[in-house]
Amino acid sequence: MEDWPETIFALLRKYDVKQVALVPDAGHSRLIRMCLADNAMRVVTLTTEEEGIGMMLGAWLGGQRSVLLMQSSGVGNCINMLSLATLHRTPMPMLVTMRGDYGEFNPAQVPMGQATQPVLEAMGTLVNRADKTEDVGAAVEATLKFAYNTYRPTATLIGQRIIGAKTFGKD
Amino acid sequence: MLDRRELARAVLSERGDLLCVAGLGAPAWDITAVGDTPQNLPLWGGMGGAAMIGLGLALAQPSRPVLVITGDGEMLMGIGSLATIAVQAPPNLSILVQDNEHYGETGGQETATRHGVDLVAMAKGAGIRDARLITTMDQVAPFRAAAHARAGLVFAVAKIDAASKPLVLPPREGALLQARMREAILGPAAHLE
Repeated sequence: MEDWPETIFALLRKYDVKQVALVPDAGHSRLIRMCLADNAMRVVTLTTEEEGIGMMLGAWLGGQRSVLLMQSSGVGNCINMLSLATLHRTPMPMLVTMRGDYGEFNPAQVPMGQATQPVLEAMGTLVNRADKTEDVGAAVEATLKFAYNTYRPTATLIGQRIIGAKTFGKD
Repeated sequence: MLDRRELARAVLSERGDLLCVAGLGAPAWDITAVGDTPQNLPLWGGMGGAAMIGLGLALAQPSRPVLVITGDGEMLMGIGSLATIAVQAPPNLSILVQDNEHYGETGGQETATRHGVDLVAMAKGAGIRDARLITTMDQVAPFRAAAHARAGLVFAVAKIDAASKPLVLPPREGALLQARMREAILGPAAHLE
């Protein structure tokens, strides 16, 4: 079950996601490549993750579905902007690859990684986690459906157990 | 120095199907003073996000002109979005910064543009080819025409008088503001999505 990026990509197609906002993360690199290769998706690389929150509101205003791909540290950049999702009742699904999680090597990643879920929940986001590859599909599908069907910010956190920890050759 | 309400009135005259996103504070009051309509999204929060909302909307609705009107403080907070938007360059998006060189809603503190920061140069540096400075009312009509033309991404900074205007508040309920614009664009089916 190493093909979880393919599983996510198939779900983005199934749910007719037209705008993909992202700040790159190594954990999302395969998914990003697939999105870039798909002419039906507009991939927008952001300078900071909060731009994606505004963009998702704009997409929904114009009748398109969107998603935000980011690393857990980027969640911290989104905090105030997430007010827009609650204020306007806008579907804003976020797929977050975790750092500062299981097996982390870099101490700088730990504070935001450990705060990611509480911060999202404090801003009204419905959060689920996937820590096994076989759980990614169901978790991401729930996140997309919950956002588009009930008009709110939602997130799936994809654990570092799935992605693998970056150890700079110091395992 | 232009009068901000006169500027908003001129830019939004005979607007047809133009959609307008306005940054929080005075720009939101300005577009509401011109006339509240479902084609307006006046923001109450999300400082720094107005231009990106415009980007998402412009990409989703390429056949409609989308205009973002915001202040210098709001644009500075989301300044990186100029790079993001320049790369996408939707031809139906225009951004107008009403630059009074002050944070008007919080007591009139000076912004960076008061001290020489040049938003037109920053937009050009980001790669927005049509980035212009508006200092007189006769430069407004060409900008308005460009915003309607859907012929290329346009960025403009208009130097405006820092004087505050009477408050003209739009609805505060964000769900209403979103739903009414969706209905204006997508019809009643928008509510069944």
